[in-house]
Amino acid sequence: MIQVIDYKAGNLTSVLKALHYLGAETHVTQSSDDVRNATKIVLPGVGHFQATQLLHDLHLTEATREAIARGVPFLGICVGLQWLYEGSTESENTPGLGHFASKCERFPATDNNAELKSPHVGWNSIENIRENARLLRGVTPGSFVYYTHSWRAPLSPDTAASTSYGGAFTGAVERDNVMGVQFHPEKSGETGLRILKNFVEL
Amino acid sequence: MLTKRIIACLDVRDGRVVKGVQFVDIIDAGDPAELAHRHAAAGADEIVLLDITATHEGRGTLLDTVKRTASELFIPFTVGGGIRSAEDAAAVFDAGADKVSINSSAIARPELIGEIGASFGAQAVIVAIDARRAANSSDPVGDAEVYVAGGRKPTGRKVVEWAIEAEQRGAGEILLTSMNTDGMRSGFDCELTALVSQAVQIPVIASGGAGTAAHFAEVFARGKADAALAASIFHFGVTDSRELKAELERAGVPVRLPC
Repeated sequence: MIQVIDYKAGNLTSVLKALHYLGAETHVTQSSDDVRNATKIVLPGVGHFQATQLLHDLHLTEATREAIARGVPFLGICVGLQWLYEGSTESENTPGLGHFASKCERFPATDNNAELKSPHVGWNSIENIRENARLLRGVTPGSFVYYTHSWRAPLSPDTAASTSYGGAFTGAVERDNVMGVQFHPEKSGETGLRILKNFVEL
Repeated sequence: MLTKRIIACLDVRDGRVVKGVQFVDIIDAGDPAELAHRHAAAGADEIVLLDITATHEGRGTLLDTVKRTASELFIPFTVGGGIRSAEDAAAVFDAGADKVSINSSAIARPELIGEIGASFGAQAVIVAIDARRAANSSDPVGDAEVYVAGGRKPTGRKVVEWAIEAEQRGAGEILLTSMNTDGMRSGFDCELTALVSQAVQIPVIASGGAGTAAHFAEVFARGKADAALAASIFHFGVTDSRELKAELERAGVPVRLPC
């Protein structure tokens, strides 16, 4: 059973639909007990980083910390990935989980002196896939995934795959049982389903 | 590298895909769910379903059609037509849409853009603009006018100004349809698309006039479009996304090639 955290950031329909298609059982929750006792957690989310404040208010931050300390596989999607970091310049007063160092920042306004459109919307490729990344097993470098976001996490040793748009950023992150993807695997065709399947089968 | 998106559009009336030429002369083109899956398999980057009669004839079978089309569709899926409130949008999202496209209702009440965005994120709100060049103006492109109600009603608003306002109110993307070129298969309105694309930061989807792969290459290069939408070009076997993208790649346009 995968506990899918609902923190009122966007709709969960697409994520649930993809997980069900892959045969996973899900339970949508806002309960810290459900999260604390989970065997697997997905944190979806689109929209503003400030929405993650609800995770603190519902005492889900501590519950998540306890669960991942027990080795429970955790997957953050989009804002769910960003929440794994210390925070985001999108909402300075909303702390993230701080599992990964550094903050998420907005795309630069220009790239090589040319205007860089933001949000970054569309299909972009994931490159430099880390060989030991369990989430990306069987995914070929250069595979396309669907992004829609204006803030992104910097590269770090925990980066499992990078994408280039106004410079390289973290497309996927993974350290032990804690994983995140900035793109939307539920909207990324066969490649996305493969990544979700990898997580479901952990 | 971020690729240029090819979006397959399904104009739906009473649960069936139809296609008109310059907003009239409707002909039947098939089942929406079946066509959506065929487009996805052929490499379309997104699917847009527009309920073209909803604005003046009620909701009909839209939600059921959306649910049926969204099941087992794992690429971005946009639904438009008849969405007048955040509640209407919520129902469409519940049925499986990832984004909604609003047009007449956004002109009537621009606050709607922000209201839907507040609950579902700006990325989920596409403001669709039906544009007609100002024939009698010295600047027909700059003075292009916004039309609503399926292209039947002029609003007196300039296209570029409305696009900028939509962005400021929190739209995630602009879907720009040229009524002059729609259904003619003679090319997109590149001048108007470029004007809008340069006026806003958010992505602009060009629509109306696709006939050949060269038309797409042109609207990406000269029209500065981030994505392009086509309907009739796909429905009758003129070409599919696979052929179209192969040709675009040969022309140097970055595209996601289907596996």
